[in-house]
Amino acid sequence: MECQECHQRPATLHFTQVINGHKKEVHVCEKCAYEQGYMSQNSESFSLPNLLSGLFNFDSYPMSQSKNQTSSYEAPPKLQCEKCGLTYDEFTKIGKFGCAKCYKTFGEKLNPIFRRVHSGNSVHDGKVPKRMGGDIHVRKQIEEQRQKLNHLIRSEEFEEAAKVRDQIRMLEKQMNSEQGDGDQ
Amino acid sequence: MSLQQFINEAISPWMQENGPDSDIVLSSRIRLARNFEQVPFPILANQEDLDHILDFFQQEYGQQSFGNYHQFELVRMNELQSIQKRVLVEKHLISPHLVEHSNHGAALISKNEQVSVMVNEEDHIRIQLYFPGFQLEKALKQASEFDDWLEEKINYAFDEDRGYLTSCPTNVGTGMRASVMMHLPALVMTQQINRMIPAINQLGLVVRGIYGEGSEALGNIFQISNQITLGKSETDIVEDLKSVVQQLIEQERNARKRIMDQSGVQLEDKIFRSYGILSNSRIIESKEASKCLSDVRLGIDLGYIQHIPKTILNELMILTQPGFLQQYAQKNLSPEERDVRRASLIRERLKLENNL
Repeated sequence: MECQECHQRPATLHFTQVINGHKKEVHVCEKCAYEQGYMSQNSESFSLPNLLSGLFNFDSYPMSQSKNQTSSYEAPPKLQCEKCGLTYDEFTKIGKFGCAKCYKTFGEKLNPIFRRVHSGNSVHDGKVPKRMGGDIHVRKQIEEQRQKLNHLIRSEEFEEAAKVRDQIRMLEKQMNSEQGDGDQ
Repeated sequence: MSLQQFINEAISPWMQENGPDSDIVLSSRIRLARNFEQVPFPILANQEDLDHILDFFQQEYGQQSFGNYHQFELVRMNELQSIQKRVLVEKHLISPHLVEHSNHGAALISKNEQVSVMVNEEDHIRIQLYFPGFQLEKALKQASEFDDWLEEKINYAFDEDRGYLTSCPTNVGTGMRASVMMHLPALVMTQQINRMIPAINQLGLVVRGIYGEGSEALGNIFQISNQITLGKSETDIVEDLKSVVQQLIEQERNARKRIMDQSGVQLEDKIFRSYGILSNSRIIESKEASKCLSDVRLGIDLGYIQHIPKTILNELMILTQPGFLQQYAQKNLSPEERDVRRASLIRERLKLENNL
């Protein structure tokens, strides 16, 4: 089938247009589709970063109707990452961080964003790198045991709870001795 | 090049193996996003930094082996022709993003192509590990070990509260995307899938067609993956995905059985018609080809067709993508030429089986 606009190239795009209830079949080549406005050049207008930045803006000023208002509402001094130079405004526009430091720079402001993207979560609960992790491993373990302890106390299983408590003490000792090495 | 040779090159060795539940689950994948602590993410890094990372990978990991994964080779994007890059995308070894956005991108690929590490994609490091069939736990275990191996020499960007730091906020935390590729023809035929997708989405998982645009799933192949990466451990994410996949497998098997019981002849007719089209057509568009391939694969799984191996769907879905067709033809092809080539490649491929 040839393109109904230029009658030269083959029609590679086929769609049905419905305008005010009138149905019209359209068969065009890609070039004409852009030129005649059947397709928008900017296919990225519905891309993830755009959708994300929508979320962020919504977040920073829920009722936002005018742009000016939003920016005046946002706290001056401008938040900018000292390592890569990305500002918080830029971050909300592109929906991407510039470097690892950005996470610290934007800090608490990120919590609502993470919660939105990750079903209410804002704190990591998974793997810790082996080598770099240092005492994070132990601290995570202590945290886990503490939760278990609370749970046991609530359900009045005191014998189990005592065991867990001892374990926590042991872990804490282990951590302190590692840290203490330098001081002594 | 003979067709057989071409196929051998085109199909990753791991794909030839059959995994558990491989009548429905084609493959399992774990992807981990990681970054260097000290270097800005690729989106803002300067060229020297990115080149430095490439050199580092070449030096430290080029020609190295880890476990079952041997002879890693660093393939630099700027040294490939566009068709070659397209072929890597169609084999799922690299992403379209790596091709489009990165002059400084590369992929570190193991000999059996089970592991592919994209370097300087959206993140500095994207580890991908594949297993045939339904083997998410195994894939997670090996991906994690491989991750540890890389970490011996790399200071990862990691924060105690936020986890592994990534360029996009949707990947932060575990940096992990676990996914399975599933062939679900019966759920599509009975239209059950339309009810199931929204339900699965509510569980924090994403279902999408792996080939084809938007929601359309060419060849009835769907990819199911986790959406959430923060606040849940890797094991929990994989467990959740696993339980949903298990249910889908069961539903698909039930639907297949029901169709066979209720309209066996019609199903058999549909399958053999599709087989007829594949073995005889002279022009075939990818949409029709993938539909027929899905029917034939179903026919193999249900025992209607016996002389063709199961891997045919996966294999021909990849081989008949534009990049591969053009590589086989050794030149650029117009869409019409591709349809002709596609038809003849499929015919030849089926003939290989008949001659055995």
